Amino acid sequence: MHEMSLCEGVLNVLEEQAVTQGYSVVKRVWLEIGALSGVEPEAMRFSFDAVMKGTLADSAQLEIIHLPGEAWCMQCSKPVQVAARYESCPECGSYQLQVTGGDEMRIKELEVE
Amino acid sequence: MCTVCGCGEGEIQVEGQDHQHDHDHHHHHHDENGRQGHTHDYGQGPAHAHAPGLSQSRMVQIEQDILSKNNQYAAANRNYFQQHGILSLNLVSSPGSGKTTLLARTIGDLQAEYAISVIEGDQQTANDAERIRATGAKAIQINTGKGCHLDGHMVGHALETLKPDRGSLLFIENVGNLVCPAAFDLGEAHKVAILSVTEGEDKPIKYPDMFHAADLMLLNKIDLLPYLDFDVQRCIEYAKRINPKIKVLQLSATTGEGMQNWYQWIAASRQMAQVGNPAVPA
Repeated sequence: MHEMSLCEGVLNVLEEQAVTQGYSVVKRVWLEIGALSGVEPEAMRFSFDAVMKGTLADSAQLEIIHLPGEAWCMQCSKPVQVAARYESCPECGSYQLQVTGGDEMRIKELEVE
Repeated sequence: MCTVCGCGEGEIQVEGQDHQHDHDHHHHHHDENGRQGHTHDYGQGPAHAHAPGLSQSRMVQIEQDILSKNNQYAAANRNYFQQHGILSLNLVSSPGSGKTTLLARTIGDLQAEYAISVIEGDQQTANDAERIRATGAKAIQINTGKGCHLDGHMVGHALETLKPDRGSLLFIENVGNLVCPAAFDLGEAHKVAILSVTEGEDKPIKYPDMFHAADLMLLNKIDLLPYLDFDVQRCIEYAKRINPKIKVLQLSATTGEGMQNWYQWIAASRQMAQVGNPAVPA
């Protein structure tokens, strides 16, 4: 749904960085997408190609680095992995979880010319 | 896209604004010296090497949030709200949850106490803004065109026209959608999720991102509960599972039941918005 806007956000950053970092072509983009970020990687790939057409990142490769959802379980007093916000602790079944990571949507690095 | 002010595809229309850019758009013309285009003069590359076939590729570490641009606009809006002591609430829900009815009643009941203005977000039509204006409040419509959410930039432009009063209450009625608006900060003090009992009680776990982002959930249309098979306690339990800090109020914008609690929450939040801001009239 909003992956199109997110890709426009990516393009914004690419264009800004082109000026400061002095490049004119983007060949590859690495994005870090957390499991709890609400971003659908397949929709992201689809939008990416459409948005980048005719820009400095035309036909650039998109690499998505998946980051797991992480939470602190209050009952177990330790970090656990969750795949979605409504999940319970995989070890004790408690819902007393504090999400600590996995909502990232970040441009990590670029291959440029 | 315009990289100067970040405007999108030109689909977005803020009522009363011909969004014409007076800044120069020459930056889109990449063909002036060919550097943005496909060039084969390798000497122009960062390494200034004139050897054809030698790759100029290099890696650039960015580590930048995709939403950083939106977050900058949101931060500017938030700053504006703080300086003017304005309490801004971002109302999010599915279409048909009764947002506009709730808003019209809230304005009717509170406008003697506070100055109130409204930003209405919809894909098309200015119907909602007209409904709000009929109550006497200032309202402006944003049509997002193909967009599924409001963003910080659109709200910033709407503020230019709307000019909400110091110490006032600003409601931003987001596009009816429980998915996308969750990710886009508008600079509001709180997101308020509205869920009507004619929807499923499991919506908080079906659309967890939104209920995670909201500080308050209004359970609307409770006058219809006798006719429905809706488990209120289970719904609240689901919402707290996603967001242990969420507050839940049950009300009916039609009968007025429970609306006092909502007004009390608004009054308390408004005080919080004005703490440390002596320039604002009480």
